[in-house]
Amino acid sequence: MSQRNPYSPHTDADRAAMLAAIGAASVDELLGVIPVHARRPRLGAPAGLAELDLFAELSRIASQDRPAGSGPFFLGAGVYRRYIPAAVPLLAARGEFLTAYTPYQPEVSQGTLQAIWEYQSLVADLLAMDVSNASLYDGSTAVAEAALLAVRATGRHRVVVSHDVHPHHRAILRTYSRGPDIEIVEVPDTKALIAAAPGSAGLITANPSFFGTLVDMRAVSEAAHAAGALAIASIEPVSCALLEPPGACGIDVAVGDGQPLGIPMTFGGPYVGIMATTSVLVRQMPGRIVGATQDSNGTRGFVNTLQTREQHIRREKATSNICTNEAVYAIHAAVYLALLGPHGLRSVAARSVAQAHALAARLAAFPGCRVTNDGDFFSEFTLATPLHATELRDALLADDITAGYPLGHDFPERKNELLIACTELTTDDDITALVEGIRARVGAGAPAGASR
Amino acid sequence: MTKRFPESGATTAEPALEPLLTELARSVRGNGHVAASDGASRIPARFARTVPLGLPELAEQQVVRHFTHLAQLNYSVDTGFYPLGSCTMKYNPKINDRVAGLPGFADMHPLQPDADTQGALRLIYELERLLGGITGFPAISLQPAAGAHAEFTAILMFKAYHAARGDTKRRRVIVPDSAHGTNPSSAAMCGFEVTTVRSDARGNVDLAALEDTLGDDVVGMMLTNPNTLGLFEERLEEVIAAVHRHGGLMYGDGANMNALLGIARPGDLGFDVIHLNLHKTFSTPHGAGGPGAGPVCANDKLAPFLPVPFVVRDGDTYRLSEDRPQSVGRVRAFHGNYGVLVRAYTYIRNLGEEGLRACGEDAILAANYLLSRLRGAYDLAYDRPCMHEFVLTAAAQKKAGASALDIAKALIDEGFHPPTVYFPLIVPEALMIEPTETEPKETLDAFADALVRIADRVKTDPAAVHDAPRNAPLRRLDEVAAARRPRLHWRA
Amino acid sequence: MTSTIPDELRYSKEHEWVRLDGDTATIGITHFAQEQLGDVVFVELPEKGASVRQFSSFGVVESVKAASDVYAPLSGEVVERNVKVIESPELVNSAPYADGWLLKVRVADKGELNTLLSATDYRAHIGESGGSGGD
Repeated sequence: MSQRNPYSPHTDADRAAMLAAIGAASVDELLGVIPVHARRPRLGAPAGLAELDLFAELSRIASQDRPAGSGPFFLGAGVYRRYIPAAVPLLAARGEFLTAYTPYQPEVSQGTLQAIWEYQSLVADLLAMDVSNASLYDGSTAVAEAALLAVRATGRHRVVVSHDVHPHHRAILRTYSRGPDIEIVEVPDTKALIAAAPGSAGLITANPSFFGTLVDMRAVSEAAHAAGALAIASIEPVSCALLEPPGACGIDVAVGDGQPLGIPMTFGGPYVGIMATTSVLVRQMPGRIVGATQDSNGTRGFVNTLQTREQHIRREKATSNICTNEAVYAIHAAVYLALLGPHGLRSVAARSVAQAHALAARLAAFPGCRVTNDGDFFSEFTLATPLHATELRDALLADDITAGYPLGHDFPERKNELLIACTELTTDDDITALVEGIRARVGAGAPAGASR
Repeated sequence: MTKRFPESGATTAEPALEPLLTELARSVRGNGHVAASDGASRIPARFARTVPLGLPELAEQQVVRHFTHLAQLNYSVDTGFYPLGSCTMKYNPKINDRVAGLPGFADMHPLQPDADTQGALRLIYELERLLGGITGFPAISLQPAAGAHAEFTAILMFKAYHAARGDTKRRRVIVPDSAHGTNPSSAAMCGFEVTTVRSDARGNVDLAALEDTLGDDVVGMMLTNPNTLGLFEERLEEVIAAVHRHGGLMYGDGANMNALLGIARPGDLGFDVIHLNLHKTFSTPHGAGGPGAGPVCANDKLAPFLPVPFVVRDGDTYRLSEDRPQSVGRVRAFHGNYGVLVRAYTYIRNLGEEGLRACGEDAILAANYLLSRLRGAYDLAYDRPCMHEFVLTAAAQKKAGASALDIAKALIDEGFHPPTVYFPLIVPEALMIEPTETEPKETLDAFADALVRIADRVKTDPAAVHDAPRNAPLRRLDEVAAARRPRLHWRA
Repeated sequence: MTSTIPDELRYSKEHEWVRLDGDTATIGITHFAQEQLGDVVFVELPEKGASVRQFSSFGVVESVKAASDVYAPLSGEVVERNVKVIESPELVNSAPYADGWLLKVRVADKGELNTLLSATDYRAHIGESGGSGGD
């Protein structure tokens, strides 16, 4: 038999010897239990490709895309093009991490377990929360799990979420609410969120908001606690280097997407869902948690712990059905935070803020253009122009500029607004390119002086 | 008791394999990754961080050594044989990772306009069709992030299907007693009650017990096939017919799809919806616990309820559409775990039709071969030809003084990753072994020899087996202390 | 073996014991139950003032690999919960009938006591249902 699977190690002699040991003339003899009509179907898959041809074919498909790095790039809206230090993928994607599975056998999984425990510690420090779990799928499902946590912890059924939370995350909340007996109420802003607190299980806000605006998390947590509800905040982890973190604002459950922590954008995933909470709520948390302990010689080691919350033990009474999580991207985040440290992370956040504020100031000077954030913003802002935002974006693509996210798709009344993000990768030249591009489209006059 | 680490200069308060980042940390370090800026001054005082940012400061080489040391403490597929039942720890071809790192995939933002993402969308579209051909289903969503996420999605689709027909009395989901814990947990997340149905003496769903519990309040049934015993349901079509007769829907948990690659298609067998675990069947790396990806495959009846958005092809161009009015909605932001999808697509194009079928055949061959080597030394839970995995019971060894856990730990000393233990729950002292198609016969033989050696040792010196592992980085860990006084953070 | 099932107590089929002292019942889980469960790592109990109903779940006792609901053998109002056992769950293993007690309940209807098992009945019960405790 020819080698049809390029990764099969078996020779024809191996196969014959294995069949002889089994006492079967062919594999078919082992398949008698499968209904005859369904056996050995055609799959309709093309013939296999050798590695060289495969790489060429996949490179051709990839070449039909325009990578973010190919021009000035201002698209954010929950996913950020950030610099990934060289050491992050080289360490976190080592085969020993990448090709292991869930650390069911702690004696031979201490690498994973200590790295995840350190991820938990780093995240808890960054967010000033007591405990983090070992990861959820992403920021969107973390918001939904936080809502379910609030319902479990309070015994109430209504969860209120403000429009400051990412539209996709709210969509996922709506989807999840089709399952158990919970009601999702969406309100436009923090004021309405606070007003809706009485009788609710939880209030969900975001800081910075989807629009990049700084949000008063303390006001949300005070209102939630006065009503006996939990305060939930979706955060962007890099911003916590400069902003008062959720744990210092009375937030009970902090969630977010760990993508900005050294994880490539990869068209939406995989990322890592952050969830951190207080010691009081730790047994309500979904997902795995790693704890420190000792082995029988008294040497420090790490194990999965508090597992009675989880599906493999509690089954239909588990806190969540999650099993496979995003461990290797949690390890990416841990390596990233360890490499940057407090100074490095602050410098990344500060640079992003500085570039966004410089850009916003220049764009707001154009006639008919204004920054529409309802308060101070961080590294992302909303710009209203006289033009339809989708048309403006598409026009700027002709200059190789990806200008931002048109708000009209999610907020039909804001179809002239563009959500524009800067990161530490945004250069002064990028800013100038966008400023000039928008100047040309909104019909503003020539620059008064030099390009800056 | 402290330990000193000469290569890093660190000391730890208790003996340890590797210091913590905080134990390695330096008080001062100059370099930042980014030039200084005045950004921090833009943050109004009432929003600015006042609590310390307590991350450790380390030099890059310290970080590199730390995580390299940690990696070296792990056992992985790249290290050796990893026969973890129901997890399909097959070889993960490295080309898949290189392809996923191409800028046209890795450096793509999920909200770029369709015109800029034609390659990315095309790959989604083509992967859906390839998986459709492999499973026998016409419609697929690649959005769910993992198997359990897909189960939740599918049971929500069942709920929406019944609701769309005005049938709101259905409250129960049927799950066999051999099922993964995710099945009942997913059903509960959808607001349903779970009815467990027992297995019969041959390891199949007990058809009579199933008939007894079926009624017009049944949402559907969740069935893993081959089941968690590694056995193909002998009366599968009768089981499915019974559920359908009562208006219930049939869900296939695809955890064990590796056994069926090119051998049988769940769509041809009568399932309404299944999920796939791309990180198992299609060889994307398991990532120390994730990420995975859990595509949901549906027949025509359930297709209208799949998540949005989905990719539509118009001539030579691709676009995202949300035009699926009966959809359950989004289950994850953006387009799912796209990087995992790229790896799975690459794998399928690499193997092709015949290579995929060879996977299924060789997986079954390897499992039955290993089973033939072990049949004398251990009792079988159910003695009939297996598919891609099988379940031994160490009940006899347990009586002699060494449990399934002891045997698992003894395998570590023999240089192997242990199989899945204590699952499925219906087999006492279960050892669930899945060799996969990529292990050479020599490795299978060495593993069988080791398990036989351990069985012999249990007869003569069970205490020695109970004492394992001795040659791993650590001895057995105190999980009781970890749970009684949780230390979940380096401040604790 | 008799000392692991004290004669003076009453028992439920779910492996709880009860000792009635005037109107107050002390409730715990049996030696058999703690043995089945293994090392107890966590105990969750209702607050003082909560009401419990006979044969309904009032709390959870957990080991590393199992979580077991605990059912009230009698109905009534919680007058005290064992704070020591919450802090040191191992008491459930070391002294299930003494320091490892869980709740004290002001009993609503002493007649319910008649629906519980005697030590002899309970001994027969665990003889029959061998491994049913604790999952």
